[in-house]
Amino acid sequence: MEMDLLRFTTAGSVDDGKSTLIGRLLYDSKSIFEDQLEAMEESSRKRGDEHLNLALLTDGLRAEREQGITIDVAYRYFATPRRKFIIADTPGHMQYTRNMVTGASTASLAIILIDARKGVIEQTCRHAFIANLLRIQHAVVAVNKMDLVDYQEETYEAIVAEFQDFASRLDNIVEITFIPISALRGDNVVATSDQMPWYGGPTLLHHLETVYVGSEENHVDARFPVQWVIRPQSDTHPDFRGYAGRVAGGVFKPGDEVLVLPSGFATHVSAIETFDGQIEEAFSPLSVTITLDDDIDISRGDMIVKPNNPPRVDQDIEAMICWFSERPLVSRGKYALRHTTKEVRAVVRDIRFKVDINTLHKIEGDPEFGLNEIGRISLRTSAPLFYDRYNRNRTTGSFVLIDEQTNEAVAAGMIV
Amino acid sequence: MRSYKLNHVRQLESEAIFVLRETAAQFDRPALLFSGGKDSIVMAHLARKAFHPARIPFMLLHVDTGHNFPETIEFRDRFVKEIGASLVVAYVQDSIDKGRVVEEQGIHASRNKLQTVTLLDAIETHQFDAALGGGRRDEEKARAKERFFSHRNDFGEWDPKGQRPELWNLFNGRHHHGEHFRVFPLSNWTEMDVWQYIKHEAIDLPSLYFSHRREVVDRHGSLLAVSDVVRVQPDETSEERTVRFRTIGDMTCTGGVDSAATSLDDIIAEVAAARETERGTRSDDKRSESAMEDRKKEGYF
Repeated sequence: MEMDLLRFTTAGSVDDGKSTLIGRLLYDSKSIFEDQLEAMEESSRKRGDEHLNLALLTDGLRAEREQGITIDVAYRYFATPRRKFIIADTPGHMQYTRNMVTGASTASLAIILIDARKGVIEQTCRHAFIANLLRIQHAVVAVNKMDLVDYQEETYEAIVAEFQDFASRLDNIVEITFIPISALRGDNVVATSDQMPWYGGPTLLHHLETVYVGSEENHVDARFPVQWVIRPQSDTHPDFRGYAGRVAGGVFKPGDEVLVLPSGFATHVSAIETFDGQIEEAFSPLSVTITLDDDIDISRGDMIVKPNNPPRVDQDIEAMICWFSERPLVSRGKYALRHTTKEVRAVVRDIRFKVDINTLHKIEGDPEFGLNEIGRISLRTSAPLFYDRYNRNRTTGSFVLIDEQTNEAVAAGMIV
Repeated sequence: MRSYKLNHVRQLESEAIFVLRETAAQFDRPALLFSGGKDSIVMAHLARKAFHPARIPFMLLHVDTGHNFPETIEFRDRFVKEIGASLVVAYVQDSIDKGRVVEEQGIHASRNKLQTVTLLDAIETHQFDAALGGGRRDEEKARAKERFFSHRNDFGEWDPKGQRPELWNLFNGRHHHGEHFRVFPLSNWTEMDVWQYIKHEAIDLPSLYFSHRREVVDRHGSLLAVSDVVRVQPDETSEERTVRFRTIGDMTCTGGVDSAATSLDDIIAEVAAARETERGTRSDDKRSESAMEDRKKEGYF
C-alpha cells in the first residue's frame, strides 16, 4: 500500500519508436491485459503489420490508429512491486512543443529517445531544452534501435559524448542516465540484453524503479493559495469558517504566525482541519482546510503565507512562455491569466526575445510570436500576483494565459 | 530532518479533492454523476472530504436506464440519505416515452447508448455547467486522452483532437453559455488504487461487488445475470454460479466474473492477478474498437 509514485514523460521524434518503447515497457512488465492484447493482435492483423504492433496500445484515437501516429498526450499507468508509474506519452510531431510542455509540466523524469542511426539531431536538443525549461531534474537518454547498428559500442559512445556536450548548458537537469536499447527487440528495456555485453548499467525499467527522485515539492516557503471558503452555517457548525486549499509550499502547523495576502493582516493558524480530524501539520501537496484565530475577509485567490518569508508581490512579471495558439501572440494584447487559484487580466508589454530551440540562440527584435515558439516576455497584470520564481516553486511560479474570446489556453508561463 | 512525503494513495486523494474544489469554485451549477458504482461512491466520499464540515455543494445526478441491478438502487437511496445529499434522477424510460430516443431491438438491445440523450437533456433542463464523473484514464484507451476538465460544446460533444492544453494543476473551466464541462477527479487512479482506497477508508459498497450465488447466462463470453431484462433464449441455458461484478452498469451489458472474493482483501488480490481489464466484462465496449471514443464524442459519460 505504501508505494512511491513516479511521473515521467517520453520525448522523441517521429519514428524514434516511442510508442513501441512504452508498449514494450508495459508488455514486458506484464501490465497489458489479455483482452487488450487480443484487440491489438486483431488490429495488427488488419493493418498487415509483420509483428505485434505495440504502438497500437497507446494510440487511443481512431485517427491515430489510422495514420499510425500519436496526436495527443496520452497517460498510461503501470506498477511494479517497487513503484507506481504515470507516463505522459507525448507525440513527436504535430504540436510537439505544446504537447511536450504539457506532459513535462507534471513529470519528475523525462525519457529522451534517440535513434542510434541518426544520433543527436535538432529535435533531441529541443526535447532536452523543454525538459530543462519545465525543470525536470532527471533525464534518461535511451539510445534506441541498437539492433540496427549491430549493437556497436562505438556508435553508442559517440552519441553519449555528443549529448553530454549539448546538455552541459542545461542547468536544471541534474542527473542524466544513458541506456542503449532496442524497444522493438526488448534489449535492456525490462530484460538485460545479451547483445551488448559491453554495457554494464541497469535496464530501463530497473533504473525507473530505483532512481532516487527527491521531492519536487518545496517544503521551505510556506504558501497556501485559498481555493474555497467553507462556511457550513449549520446547527452543528454555526460559526465555522475554514479556508480550503492545497498547500503549494512549506509546512503549516497550528499556532504558526501567518500573513494573509493581499490584505496584509497577520494572525495565527488555529487548526488544520480534515474530514478525518485535525492534523498536526500540512505540507505540499496536501489538500486541507485551515482555520485562523481572527475573522478576516479572505476569499478565493488570496494566499496565506508566513511573514518572515513572503512570496514576491508584483504586477510586473517577467516570464518564459511557450505559445500554444495558431493566432500569434500580440504585443499589447490582453489575456486572462490564471495563476494558482487566482485569475487576473494581463497585458503583454514587451517581447524580450525568442529562443531558437534547435540551437538555443536568442532571437531579438522579432515581433512575431507564433505557435510552438518559446521565449521571454514581460507582462503587467490588473492585480498583484503572489508568486515565486518557477525554478523555486513549480506551483506558485507557473501560469497560463487564456484568450478571453475563445476561452482557449494560449500560453504556458514560467516566471523568472 | 523529517521527510515530507505522501504515499501514492494520499497523493491521488489530495489531487482529487483539489479538482473537486476547483469545480465548485469555477462553475455555477456543478452536478456529480452518481450511478451507485464504486467509482461514483468513491467520488461522493471524496466530495464529503473536500467540503467538510459543510455539505457537498452540488447535487447528485443519476441517469437511470431502468435496467439497474436492484441492489444498486437500494444502495443508492440509502447512501444518498446517509450523506444528506440531494439526488436528481433522470430516467431513460422518460426519454423513450417522449420519443427522444428509440429503444434498440433484439437480444443484444441495450439502453447504454440511449443514456447519452437522457444525460444531455438532464444537463440542459437543470442548467448544469459541469458534470463530475468517475471516469479514469486507465479504463479505456480513448479515456486515456481525456483531460481533468474536459470541454463539451453546445451539443454536448467532445472534440478529442481539439482539446485544451492542461498544464500543472491549472484547470481552465471558462466556457460560453450553453457549453459545459465534464470533470474527472479520478483521472490518474487505476482500478487497484480505487480498491486500495476503498479498503483504507472502509467505504461501504453494494453487495454485487462481492462474491455471491446467482443465476447467469453465458452470452458471448459475458456472464449476464438472468432477470426481467435478460431472459434466457431458447438456444441458451442458464446456471447458478458463484460470481461477482467488477463494474456495475446495466444488467444487459455488465457481465460477472467467476470469483470467490468475499472481502476487500480478496478483491485486491484478485485485481492484482487479473489478466483481463475491468471493462473486459462490458459488452458495450466490445461493439467496436472505437466504441468508447464514438460514444464519448456524442456526449457519453
